[in-house]
Amino acid sequence: MNKKACYLLILSVLLIYGIQACNSTSDDSAEPDIPETVSYNFDIRPILSDKCFTCHGPDGNKREAGLRLDNEESAFRALKDNPGAHALVAGKPDLSEVFIRISSKDTAVLMPPPSSNLKLTVREIGLIEKWIKQGAKYEKHWSFTAPKKAPLPEVDDKDWIRNEIDHFILAKMESRGLSPNKEAGKEFLLKRLSLDLTGLPPGIDLMDSFLADKSQDAYEKIVNRLLNSPAYGEKMALYWLDIARFADSHGYQDDSYRSQWPWRDWVIYSFNKNMPYDQFVTMQLAGDLMPNASKEQILATGFNRNHKITEEGGVVDEEYRVQYVIDRTNTFSKALIGVTMECAQCHDHKYDPFSQKDYFKLYAFFNNVREVGLESDVGGPETYAKTPFIEISNDEVKKILKFINKRDTNRLIVSVMGEKDTLRKTYILKRGAYDAPDQEVEPGTPASILDFDKNYPQNRLGLSKWLFDKRNPLTARVFVNQIWQEIFGRGLVKTAGDMGMQGELPSHPELLDWLAVDFMDHGWNIKRLIKQIVSSATYRQSAVISSDKLKSDPENIFLSRAPRYRIKAELIRDIVLSSSGLLVKTIGGPSVKPYQPQGLWENATSGRGILRTYKQDHGEDLYRRGMYTFIKRTVPPPVMGVFDASNRDQCEVSRLKTNTPLQALIMMNDPAVLEASRVLATRLDTEPAQINEKLIKAFRLIVCRKPSEKEIRLLTEYYKDQLNIFSRQKIRAEKLLAVGEAPFPDKMDKIRVAAMMQVVTALYNLEETITKS
Amino acid sequence: MEKDFLEHGLNFNRRRFLSRLSLGLGSVALGSLLVPDIFNGDSSDSGWVPGIPHFAPKAKRVIYLFQNGAPSQLELFDYKPRLRDLMGQDLPDSVRRGQRLTGMTANQTSFPMVGSFVDFKQYGDSRSWISDLLPHTARVVDDICIIRSMYTEAINHDPALTFFQTGAQQGNRPSMGSWLSYGLGSENKNLPSFTVLLSKGRQGNNQGVYSKLWSSGFLDSVHQGVQFSSGDDPVLYLKDPDGMNKQERRKFLDHLSQLNQISYEEFGDPEISTKIQQYEMAYRMQTAVPDIMDLSKEPDDIIKLYGSDSMIPGTFAANCLLARKLSENGVRFVQLYHQGWDHHGNLPNDIASQAKEVDQASAALITDLKQRGLLDETLVIWGGEFGRTNYSQGKWTAGNYGRDHHPRCFSIWMAGGGIKPGISYGETDEFGYNIVKDPVHVHDFQATILNQLGLNHEKLVFKHLGRRYRLTDVSGKVINDILA
Repeated sequence: MNKKACYLLILSVLLIYGIQACNSTSDDSAEPDIPETVSYNFDIRPILSDKCFTCHGPDGNKREAGLRLDNEESAFRALKDNPGAHALVAGKPDLSEVFIRISSKDTAVLMPPPSSNLKLTVREIGLIEKWIKQGAKYEKHWSFTAPKKAPLPEVDDKDWIRNEIDHFILAKMESRGLSPNKEAGKEFLLKRLSLDLTGLPPGIDLMDSFLADKSQDAYEKIVNRLLNSPAYGEKMALYWLDIARFADSHGYQDDSYRSQWPWRDWVIYSFNKNMPYDQFVTMQLAGDLMPNASKEQILATGFNRNHKITEEGGVVDEEYRVQYVIDRTNTFSKALIGVTMECAQCHDHKYDPFSQKDYFKLYAFFNNVREVGLESDVGGPETYAKTPFIEISNDEVKKILKFINKRDTNRLIVSVMGEKDTLRKTYILKRGAYDAPDQEVEPGTPASILDFDKNYPQNRLGLSKWLFDKRNPLTARVFVNQIWQEIFGRGLVKTAGDMGMQGELPSHPELLDWLAVDFMDHGWNIKRLIKQIVSSATYRQSAVISSDKLKSDPENIFLSRAPRYRIKAELIRDIVLSSSGLLVKTIGGPSVKPYQPQGLWENATSGRGILRTYKQDHGEDLYRRGMYTFIKRTVPPPVMGVFDASNRDQCEVSRLKTNTPLQALIMMNDPAVLEASRVLATRLDTEPAQINEKLIKAFRLIVCRKPSEKEIRLLTEYYKDQLNIFSRQKIRAEKLLAVGEAPFPDKMDKIRVAAMMQVVTALYNLEETITKS
Repeated sequence: MEKDFLEHGLNFNRRRFLSRLSLGLGSVALGSLLVPDIFNGDSSDSGWVPGIPHFAPKAKRVIYLFQNGAPSQLELFDYKPRLRDLMGQDLPDSVRRGQRLTGMTANQTSFPMVGSFVDFKQYGDSRSWISDLLPHTARVVDDICIIRSMYTEAINHDPALTFFQTGAQQGNRPSMGSWLSYGLGSENKNLPSFTVLLSKGRQGNNQGVYSKLWSSGFLDSVHQGVQFSSGDDPVLYLKDPDGMNKQERRKFLDHLSQLNQISYEEFGDPEISTKIQQYEMAYRMQTAVPDIMDLSKEPDDIIKLYGSDSMIPGTFAANCLLARKLSENGVRFVQLYHQGWDHHGNLPNDIASQAKEVDQASAALITDLKQRGLLDETLVIWGGEFGRTNYSQGKWTAGNYGRDHHPRCFSIWMAGGGIKPGISYGETDEFGYNIVKDPVHVHDFQATILNQLGLNHEKLVFKHLGRRYRLTDVSGKVINDILA
């Protein structure tokens, strides 16, 4: 292709996708026309917020010309610099300075100014014009008003509906001329459910029994069974560990060991016993402040001590102590109320109605911990937790904290929350700098979300009460959205960590609100919420993507098909171990160190601390679920990172889902995968079955469905070819089999096993294997 | 197949990116990255796509020789004879001006100034002062630009390193190499656009490096730095298992691709086609990477140029040679880290050994690039994360002392890539404590690097959780005075 043609191609591609991109944030993506009635929340605020609020928004220090467009009263007032003119004149775009300036050809008056690198599109200007014509009505930001249950929308295809969720999803589909996919086949449904609810593949027995079960409630029985499996708690914990930035090292320079894993055991245990969300979070935020706090309640507060803690000699203590408080404040905001409060650390928020004072009021709740910035340099077991910490005795594990999987008699300490005896004063920090205290503030919450009730104690317990006050507009929405994201791969609000003005708008606002209210009305019952979602017809659709749907809804925003996406890093490992029979299903306990390429820790270490060398585990510890793989923050497990796992540096509420060549290399060459292939091949070889049956079994164990004839033919072909190759070169078979520490039984036919191993490895490398479809 | 991939790759990823980007910039950057073929039919064409670069680039590639631990400017580049006269005298408060100290010297009752144990001389047409510890660097002094007025905000290694690499001391932000990979894509479809090489000094105090330093943060993980090492497996999991050969790998991939194709026909998911293509790229990498890592075919004069260390895998010298090869083959950003510069004590002995390990190869890299005609389009950077104090940490003698961390001034050098050669920029006071002329902040430094690659640091942004992030955070200005 010559340069010019290429240029044209790119240009046209840009144009096409450019148009789609402009629409993808609006409620009306197939239809680029300007809507009949322009909505402030859905059409206008996203533009103002993204393009105007930086200079004409909540941040008082950066406000230009005294004009504030995020606030109705101020926007209609006469202009400070030109009292004869108004930014907005209802009904009259030509008299509204906003419209005059955004549509001007004169770059001296044009807004946004060219120097800002921001530009309004023709459609955006058109929207603003129409909005002004229609009266320039403001609305409160959607997520800052409490959710209400709207009546279930009417739909045409009533037969499709299985529960309330489907009303909302189908109504939207129908309004856009889409119709749902048919229900997925039972094998697909089972793999999907099993991965979503337990993170493990279903196994042949479960597949067979589900396929054989023709009863009406077969699906429900499977859902219940999986929800009651102990692996459910592990699967849910994995999501929570990202939010809680859980890791096995302190982070920062020397990055030595911390023994925080009993907190993880508690998380698994709590999900498994279906602890209501309000209680689950309250214990983590304020367990230590509860009357007669139990050891379990205190352990739960480890949540707020999972952040990085420095052991670098020579730091300024206060700089780091402040950093820890900041981390807690930011984690609280992002994880639990879905707002980017962190933007207000150094200045008033540029987009959302949070002042810097609001930030430090929230910060004040977390600022009274009995802690220091640098407690100690790298050292022995006494440094594995930092003050305040609790010690967990063997006796307690035996009697009260039975869920802790303590495997030795060594002293066990865990960092937790604990208040100082005296009150540490909190100041607004100028520019967010630890050494620039300004005005003193008291603990409090942003009034723009919900006032802090005077009857609440001004501590973390009070903060929890505020959080779970049913009038709080964010808490339930944020959690329901996170769970939706876990199951559909994309939240109803795509930016799960930002429901503020710069966040994306909900694709189905009424559904989000309905689910949020319903969740609160039913006692914050997590299993119930999940069951509701996976029981919907929406969830049960097939994941087939027709070319029409790919064109009209490429991102599957309207859910006229089930989502199809690659599973999380940890679950890839789980599938490999589980299908091969290697998985050790022990729950909880300290993290483990499976195979890892040599030298990663050694080449990057400062040479201090017990994590300077990687001491790989052996035996059962090689075969634990991915969520137990040891995370050293500065050198996290490489396989996990390549598959987009969090490095646990800070709170994360959603992961990317990339598709890269390094992932291919891992699936082809990682000894963990190859060993599993060998073990499964060995197992199959000992079974008295035809080769055809063995291949089918391997396929079912790994891909979780029966193969097609064509698939079996290809696999058989490959098997025979490999058999032939290895027969001629037995030494190669021997080399291939020499992977991993799992024993290789005597008297096996190495040629046959090696050939089967190649087939199994190919199955692990199938796209479908590590994809939820 | 190729066509399918192009369509799907563009389709899926473009839409995903566009939803987060201001149109024009990211959309194009993305294309050049995932579909290098059509955007970069030939490497000399990189950067002609509309929107990116923002203006004509001077450099196409960067090699960053990061000196981890913070080398002392006072023994290498910043000649302060007056400090020798003041040997042992307390640092006047009028000079220190309340500068915060690290916990290692905060409790020291006095701050005895110490002069360099080693002499300096002037070299080249530029008559730049270089210490006797760097005889090879002295020879290329007319090719490099020494900045003596760098300063930073952090005083400890972790935050300071993170600041240099990501523009922020805290937070999981993309590394500089990731930003360039994101902005400019790859020049070579068989190699990652951002690679990392590690080495450490034989003596001295190591400070560790962290793979988060080459993380892609909130950018797609295709922009993550890929660590190349000298061992058996130069890129993690690159090597096929024993018992597998190239021919068998090909056969494996052919079967796999057929099976995946069945799945594609069933589901119609473009990600399946992308997956097939990613396996093909992995396969190409399996050949391309070992070829590059193989230094055995380098001619004797090259080995001699870089020094005999360059034949020992994993040394700084070997990594410099490797960096040249990677860069020559179109790797956009080659990041080296060499540990061992943290000389709190025993500085004279340790810095001499450390300097000897890096001097020859650093200079060789410049010479080598120059003789290949690549220096013009390759930006080479040499420097650490902060400087060191002009006073001794702990007890001292004229021949043995240590220096603590010093953020207020330090020296680095840059060469090639449109940087003015043979100049020194910026000045510190006679005590070597404060900058008196032309201060260069870390964000200025970063803005300048992006500028040389044709990128406006204020426009190379990525919107994440409501905010447009950039490498230079909220400040930074291009240092025009050092541009050729």
